[in-house]
Amino acid sequence: MLKKENKIFKNLYNEFGWDIENSLKRDDWKGTKDIISKGREWIINEVKTSELRGRGGAGFSTGLKWSFAPKEVGSRPHYLVINADESEPGTCKDRDILRFEPQKLIEGCLIAGYTVNAHVCYIYIRGEYLNEGKRLQDAIDQAYEKNFLGKNACGSGWDFDIHIHYGAGAYICGEETALLESIEGNKGQPRLKPPFPALVGLYGCPTIVNNVETVAVVPTILRRGGKWFASIGRAKNTGTKIFCISGNVNAPCNVEEEMGIPLKDLIEKHAGGVVGGWDNLQAVIPGGSSMPLLPKKICDTLTMDFDSLIENKSGLGTAGIVVINKDQDIVECMARIARFYKHESCGQCTPCREGSGWMWRILDRVVKRKATFSDIDLLSDVTKQIEGHTICAFGEGSAWPVQGLLRHFRKEVESRCREEPLIKKKLNNPYLVDQHLLENKNA
Amino acid sequence: MSVKKIHEEQPKDFEFSEENLKKVEQILKRYPEKNKKSAVMPLLYLAQRQNDNWIPLAAMKYIAKYLAMPYISVYEVATFYTMYNLSPVGKHFIQVCTTTPCLLRGADKIVKLCKENISPNENEISKKGSCSWIEVECLGACVSAPMIQVNEDYYEDLDEKSTKEILTSLINNKPLKPGSFRGRKNTAPEKISTDNEEKHA
Repeated sequence: MLKKENKIFKNLYNEFGWDIENSLKRDDWKGTKDIISKGREWIINEVKTSELRGRGGAGFSTGLKWSFAPKEVGSRPHYLVINADESEPGTCKDRDILRFEPQKLIEGCLIAGYTVNAHVCYIYIRGEYLNEGKRLQDAIDQAYEKNFLGKNACGSGWDFDIHIHYGAGAYICGEETALLESIEGNKGQPRLKPPFPALVGLYGCPTIVNNVETVAVVPTILRRGGKWFASIGRAKNTGTKIFCISGNVNAPCNVEEEMGIPLKDLIEKHAGGVVGGWDNLQAVIPGGSSMPLLPKKICDTLTMDFDSLIENKSGLGTAGIVVINKDQDIVECMARIARFYKHESCGQCTPCREGSGWMWRILDRVVKRKATFSDIDLLSDVTKQIEGHTICAFGEGSAWPVQGLLRHFRKEVESRCREEPLIKKKLNNPYLVDQHLLENKNA
Repeated sequence: MSVKKIHEEQPKDFEFSEENLKKVEQILKRYPEKNKKSAVMPLLYLAQRQNDNWIPLAAMKYIAKYLAMPYISVYEVATFYTMYNLSPVGKHFIQVCTTTPCLLRGADKIVKLCKENISPNENEISKKGSCSWIEVECLGACVSAPMIQVNEDYYEDLDEKSTKEILTSLINNKPLKPGSFRGRKNTAPEKISTDNEEKHA
């Protein structure tokens, strides 16, 4: 269990007020000038010592990412972009940071911006978080009033400006290159990598893209030392993390805990336990909907960190934990996730655009008990055809949950596939194409 | 990708109001001078707000001219992103989150209530009052599920009774206060036991 004094986000539930005066009482902006005066090398090394891994899903080392930015500014300016396009089902941690701890984020932006040689920072907030964006803008204005931003920000000699850019309801814009496309005023369709954004990013300039939570924890790490952060959690999976526990639990909540906490502790101590007791647990999605679900047997002993979840063929992702108990139809839940991916596919790569709809249609047939036995192998094949054959990681994100379902709940799926192949019945099968294509209006 | 329908009856002209033109100037300052195109998303939002929460084709043409970019590029952006409404919606535009975390906690009941109280189909303006509803994907408030978004406000921790109250209030054009409807503080766990435990320890 995380000790109270080790919590970074003390105002996660807005018990102490979000505005700058109250934030200053919580040690935000304390010694920022001194931190910056220690120089880029020191900041990067300290972040590397802390072994901080990106909180946006991929878990890439933050210190390493910052070191990829060119050391000297050439003919093109550098940019810092903060990814606040939080749309992964099961995740709502960034929303609380934007609402209640905005100064931590803003201070982190200044430090990160200085480190990667950027004078301008764009914060990309999903369009639905309009109120959260207004709150952040208020916080930014307060920081400008105190001269923490703008010319010679915080007395550090570094000029720094922050702008907010709203998304408009596209999940794919959470992918870093799609996000950059979106800021540039295009459709949010991911770019091929390499070149990576660190060299060719926003407007073709070197750009570092970081998640909200990653940047917001940096000032505290630098104040208390990388070693302090590394002492929490376990090796290579250090520090604290905000977990979002939703679904069939008695008290769904966001909670900051140390990495490597057992899943059972997290659910029972913080979220009031599974509805109907621990034995009523059916499965858990451990890291937002893109990560494969895990059955109760694994959940009994599972610890929540990047590496242990990879060992169990899943992932920590954004640490959005969705708890599913035995009262739910597991196939229906996963079919709904498949529908989400069908809706959100950007349509750029064929395997994902066609495959995500295909997976949903098969799963929908299984839910309605109209699937045949051979559909299961077909479904498994489709997921393999998508995985690894797309420009961005959305392909994996849509295929993995279905693969997880087949890996752990194949019997459940099989028990519903009792239908004769439709071809034999000579029926007009409406499930072979997208429903909306059958409507004349859309044809 | 979602199917987006362009409204059949389109106004002929569109122009930003004086007030909005000032806002446009502010927006353009955020982006480098040669990258004016970046402002297309904020400008579409402005147009949507000015035009009763939907974007006519005339507005897209106007923005394209304003930013010196091809009309098709603006059209592309407006049709790609789901939050731009291309046909009229109700004064109270209700978005029901139905993705898995909300579904697990009964989002389907909320959809049913919307069908009964507002209109049988999505995107249909109600006979009484001025409301319309739509099913959307994850709105990012999963620990407060099930939830709905009305225009820009989140109504969280709903059940059938509270949803009915909200919908009635919207039909009568007297919206209730947004926030949690189980009276909890933001995203804190409801029965806070951890604090007490820490005190004992």
